[in-house]
Amino acid sequence: MTVQLTEASPSRTDLARTDWIGFQTIVRREFNRITRIWAQTLLPPAVTATLYFVIFGSLIGRRIGSMGGYDYMQYIAPGLIMMSVITNSFGNVVSSFFGARFGKHIEELLVSPLPNWLIVLGYVAGGLVRGFLVGGCVTGVALFFTHLQIHHIGVIALAVLLTSFVFSLGGFINGVFAKNFDHISWFPTFILTPLTYFGGVFYSISMLPAWAQTASHLNPILYMVNSFRYGFLGVSDVDVGVSFMIMGGLAVVLFVTAVGLMNRGTGLRE
Amino acid sequence: MDALSIEQLTKRYANGVEALKGIDLKVRPGDFFALLGPNGAGKTTTIGIVTSLVRKTGGRVSVFGHDIDTELELAKSCIGVVPQEINFNQFETAETILTNQAGFYGIPRRVARERTETYLKQLSLWDKRHAIARSLSGGMKRRLMIARALVHEPRLLILDEPTAGVDIEIRRTMWEFLRETNERGVTIILTTHYLEEAETLCRQVAIIDKGRIIENDLMSNVLMKLQAKTFVINVRSPLAQAPVLAGYACRLTDPHTMEIDVTKDRGLNDIFVRLAAQGIETVSMRNKVNRLEELFMRLVSHSPAQGASK
Repeated sequence: MTVQLTEASPSRTDLARTDWIGFQTIVRREFNRITRIWAQTLLPPAVTATLYFVIFGSLIGRRIGSMGGYDYMQYIAPGLIMMSVITNSFGNVVSSFFGARFGKHIEELLVSPLPNWLIVLGYVAGGLVRGFLVGGCVTGVALFFTHLQIHHIGVIALAVLLTSFVFSLGGFINGVFAKNFDHISWFPTFILTPLTYFGGVFYSISMLPAWAQTASHLNPILYMVNSFRYGFLGVSDVDVGVSFMIMGGLAVVLFVTAVGLMNRGTGLRE
Repeated sequence: MDALSIEQLTKRYANGVEALKGIDLKVRPGDFFALLGPNGAGKTTTIGIVTSLVRKTGGRVSVFGHDIDTELELAKSCIGVVPQEINFNQFETAETILTNQAGFYGIPRRVARERTETYLKQLSLWDKRHAIARSLSGGMKRRLMIARALVHEPRLLILDEPTAGVDIEIRRTMWEFLRETNERGVTIILTTHYLEEAETLCRQVAIIDKGRIIENDLMSNVLMKLQAKTFVINVRSPLAQAPVLAGYACRLTDPHTMEIDVTKDRGLNDIFVRLAAQGIETVSMRNKVNRLEELFMRLVSHSPAQGASK
């Protein structure tokens, strides 16, 4: 086959097409990575969720009785799904992006004509893919143990989308600053996990003393878990509208931060 | 319009090292250009700036008329780069690496697959298309990086020591491939420590040392600047001492071998005539060192020392 060489530089219109194909390529690469290593990406959350449902839902939950007007298993199911979405969205982007930095193949993207905001969006889309896949798996596990009604599908979709978006961006920023593999486990272990456990996954904050309820309102995960739970059960400890405003605000702030870091070349360009 | 235009390019790293001290460089379209220099001279920094992996401190860079300050994406779309270090995902297959790279440059999937096949075949990697990159040999990895740099069919190909660590057979195959690529119209900039490689392939050469360009001319003009060349001559019968040849400096390194310095105004025929007149039979003759290497060493050793560079 004779190779035809490019004779002219692409136009700005060509660049818009380049951006779209480039974005698809990043997402496809992330999807292939997630499915290639499914035993590390999709299976563990399903196993963990099964353990949670067996221990907290079936064994301990039976003694707890109802919460928010629903049996305990039903009450915690949306929270457990959201917990897996948060952890996996974050984990996917931080490991993929830091891995690309560590292996230097991030340079494939840095030397390409793709703009920085699109590279960020591509990785975030990878986090969304993982979040949705894992969320789907955990929902499937939940359905083995309990019945899940749907109160408002739009709220469910928007809550999971914004939450996954926010934590994918969090993973990206962590990946930018990380200098070794310890640094990519530090934030999930010492910040994300405590915030998730205190974010109303397993309880209603109405059970807490007044000061703890006030403190809980500083935890963004509380709004994510409760808006998601509202979508299923129609009950929430916080106003759903306020929750979406907080999630949307966080998404904007983190996106601007991530693109700013890319533009400055933090951790990427000398 | 130049393929690459660099004006007063400076780079000072955060640690204070001044890697580039205001270099000017122009590469014409279709050129095969050698950018040479010792380790730490500023070659990789220059390439890093052109490909946006390193941020410049000052100066201007444009690629086919696209200034990297105002039209970075357009400039980058014209460039294919083969870096010094392996920088592809070692866990992906050769085929995936190429199709993805094409995608990053906006090549539709179907075309990307066709080009992947073309370039993997051209670089003798088609049989390895399903192999995980990590499992490839050093030479295969180098060829994969060249294929990856070409898959979006750039107008300017930049190779930063592409043949480092590969055996001579593969190196010569790669030279042939690069020569064909250049003949198809791709402008090539090559940095290398193998000066024979630069002399064989490149028509234009710039030598950079301590962040400054100390030579920039046609390869033929640069080589003309050599005042003298040293030849090694093997003789059939052993000699007790170096023969006296008027106008030539002659040294005996062992009974069968001597070195003769020949200035550029003298021919070689005269040497053979004079040796034959003394009854000395010549068996073989060769250059003592590569000509460009000889010039390179002279230029670099005479370049003023002005601090270390990255």
